[in-house]
Amino acid sequence: MITLGALFNPRGGIHPAYHKDSTESLPVEAMPVPKSLYVALNQHLGAPSKPVVKKGDVVVRGQPLAEPAGYVSSWVHAPTSGVIRSVESRLTASGQLGPVVEIEADGRDEGLPCTSAPAEWRNLPARELVEMVLAGGVIGMGGAGFPTQVKLLPPQGKVIHTLIINGAECEPYLTADYRIMIEQSEKIRQGVEILHRILNATKVFIAVEDNKPAAISALEKAFRDFAGELAIVVVKTKYPQGAEKQLIYSCTRREVPSGGLPMDVGALVENVGTATAIVDAVVAHRPLVERIVTVTGDAIGQPKNVLARTGTSFRDLIAFCGGIRGNPGKVICGGPMMGVAQSSIDVGMNKTTSGLLLLSRAQIQQYSSMPCIGCGRCVQACPSGLLPCFLSENIEAENYGEAEALNVLDCIECGACAFECPAHRPLVQHMRMGKAKVLQRRRQREAKAGQKEKAS
Amino acid sequence: MTDSSAGWIVSPSPHTHSGDSVSRIMITVIVALVPSLVAGVIVFGWDTIRLTTICVATCVVAEYIVRTMMRRDIGITDWSAVVTGILLALNLPPTLPGWMAIVGSLSAIVVAKQLYGGIGYNLFNPALVGRCVLLISFPVAMTTWAVPAFVPNASAVDATTMATPLGAWKTAWASGNAPASFFETYPIRSLILGNRPGCVGETSVVALLLGGLILLWRRCISWHTPVLFIGTVAVFAGVLHQADPARNLPAAYHVFSGGIFLGAFFMATDMVTTPVTRSGMLIFGAGCGLITMIIRKWGGYPEGVSFSILIMNALTPLINRFTRPRTFGHKGREMEK
Repeated sequence: MITLGALFNPRGGIHPAYHKDSTESLPVEAMPVPKSLYVALNQHLGAPSKPVVKKGDVVVRGQPLAEPAGYVSSWVHAPTSGVIRSVESRLTASGQLGPVVEIEADGRDEGLPCTSAPAEWRNLPARELVEMVLAGGVIGMGGAGFPTQVKLLPPQGKVIHTLIINGAECEPYLTADYRIMIEQSEKIRQGVEILHRILNATKVFIAVEDNKPAAISALEKAFRDFAGELAIVVVKTKYPQGAEKQLIYSCTRREVPSGGLPMDVGALVENVGTATAIVDAVVAHRPLVERIVTVTGDAIGQPKNVLARTGTSFRDLIAFCGGIRGNPGKVICGGPMMGVAQSSIDVGMNKTTSGLLLLSRAQIQQYSSMPCIGCGRCVQACPSGLLPCFLSENIEAENYGEAEALNVLDCIECGACAFECPAHRPLVQHMRMGKAKVLQRRRQREAKAGQKEKAS
Repeated sequence: MTDSSAGWIVSPSPHTHSGDSVSRIMITVIVALVPSLVAGVIVFGWDTIRLTTICVATCVVAEYIVRTMMRRDIGITDWSAVVTGILLALNLPPTLPGWMAIVGSLSAIVVAKQLYGGIGYNLFNPALVGRCVLLISFPVAMTTWAVPAFVPNASAVDATTMATPLGAWKTAWASGNAPASFFETYPIRSLILGNRPGCVGETSVVALLLGGLILLWRRCISWHTPVLFIGTVAVFAGVLHQADPARNLPAAYHVFSGGIFLGAFFMATDMVTTPVTRSGMLIFGAGCGLITMIIRKWGGYPEGVSFSILIMNALTPLINRFTRPRTFGHKGREMEK
């Protein structure tokens, strides 16, 4: 094991105020199971899971609530024991309606009886380990929620030789991953060993931003006698350093090709939280039903790092953290750069909910936008090398052909451009609309081409 | 806990901002221009205040009226009209009649800025358009230079006017003679401090540099354009001087006279009319320096900063197009279809 300074510096990025001091030194506190839980079945990327329970069913902790509805999908498990109150469409943390299972907890929090002794996973074949990851409902916990088992099974011809563990946590305010690295570094190591075993990856990088020295030394201690080729990479603190493609560049100097996946450059990125969830799924046969979430912001009574069950409502989380303080304006699921503003706090948290941010009205900046003044700050900030200023103008003018030519589809929606824009232009909204329109136009073109082919 | 579900503000990410704004940038530019205004008052006295007041008032009033006539948002609160007014005033000879300053201000705001659509849409630097309209329309008034406050060599001065260093050099050589006592009349020290004839705000290199540093510190400009602009002038002038020292001024004289510093730090860095990419800014700066020197050496005017920046303004869309960064994950710098 070695510790390396930043290997390569990806282009662009910004330096927002980090606001991590109110929670970074607070040990994780386990929250008691609340009375009602709202478990969304669309927490992961891909097809929403298919419910296997109905109203009135009695479930225990770890029992499946829903099964995968396709290749890119995932299991969803009951976070505690109780009765299913409803399976219906509700508001989810994504800000949209989705299928949600409501559970009324019985307060006993009973789990499934242990079916087998803790597996001696070292003796199991890789495929069986991946099955266990799938059965545990493990998804990417850094935010995107991509089902983990899909990433672990590269199609024929693709070889993953580099495993990158993402401990960058570049979003302001959030300290959940930081606490995991400090409190559970041994478990991260076990997760890395399992992933190493599954992938047969030759190289392992653990990337942490240079503003987290305590996490770095905890990891150094945990990995000091790691047998394989492993480096802890101390990357430069900047947003969005922890974005998947940017992190791969920071460690390997390889660029994931446009429209491609990390496996196209032989890399796999897993968040530190996901690594620990893999350990639970493989070693203890314990599915993913809880996670650490940073509840913070200037409108929360007592900022905390909370270990909470999936489906815990934001209302209960807030109550556990001393309630609302002062004059609240915004409640955000996630961090301030890419999080989703919620219209209600009666929404359940997901496996991907890394933070709950309550901002006071005084903290919220509301602007009306001006014409672009061509300062170029968005160009310098864009990690994807785009020209957000011109993309925005073209999309505003419904000039989607030009937006496509300017590679709008390569936008990762990190928001660095909008953070910098002195004219307060809604750049991220423009990008999202541009991407949607360009994809729609592509589909229409393909449909037309298909019809022509049929006709001829 | 009270239910404030009705009160949550919902908006797309990001939920935080750098805090900077167009008006803040404009106010910073105004602050950065204060040293030059002060220098202008010291060197040229009352005329600096007179021209600045006229230009700023005309620009602001014209912007207000035009925006109202066009039934658009009144953009006065962004302070950009004030910046244009000050910059135009700093680009005028101290003795220019007030009504001409009004004509220049109207050309800047009405023609160069608002007819193009207002802030963000203008192709050319409004203050420079104003200046060039005046230069072409009133060539005599625009090239009559007041005597600065502290004249080093009183014998070279007729009663009320005096040539600029670049003008003196050019007219002397045009008649085939080396300018007499040039280096005594225009010592390099006066050029740097600003005690020399010229436009109201272009003479004091020290004051302009101070303002430029404020802009750099506040991230209102980047170093690329000014460094390449000044550097290109220095290299070009240095080569000419090496080739024929008698006919060509030393590089320091070219850099510290005329409007190089005012142009490089305040005009060629105007956000709207210059490239958005770093490499584009380098090209822009180098282009300005090159055209300035070509005009100074071979053109009809002794000075070429204004024209060079306007020409590069016209090339800005093209420069942006050719310096488009390589998109992450793409192979080449493919051009637009």
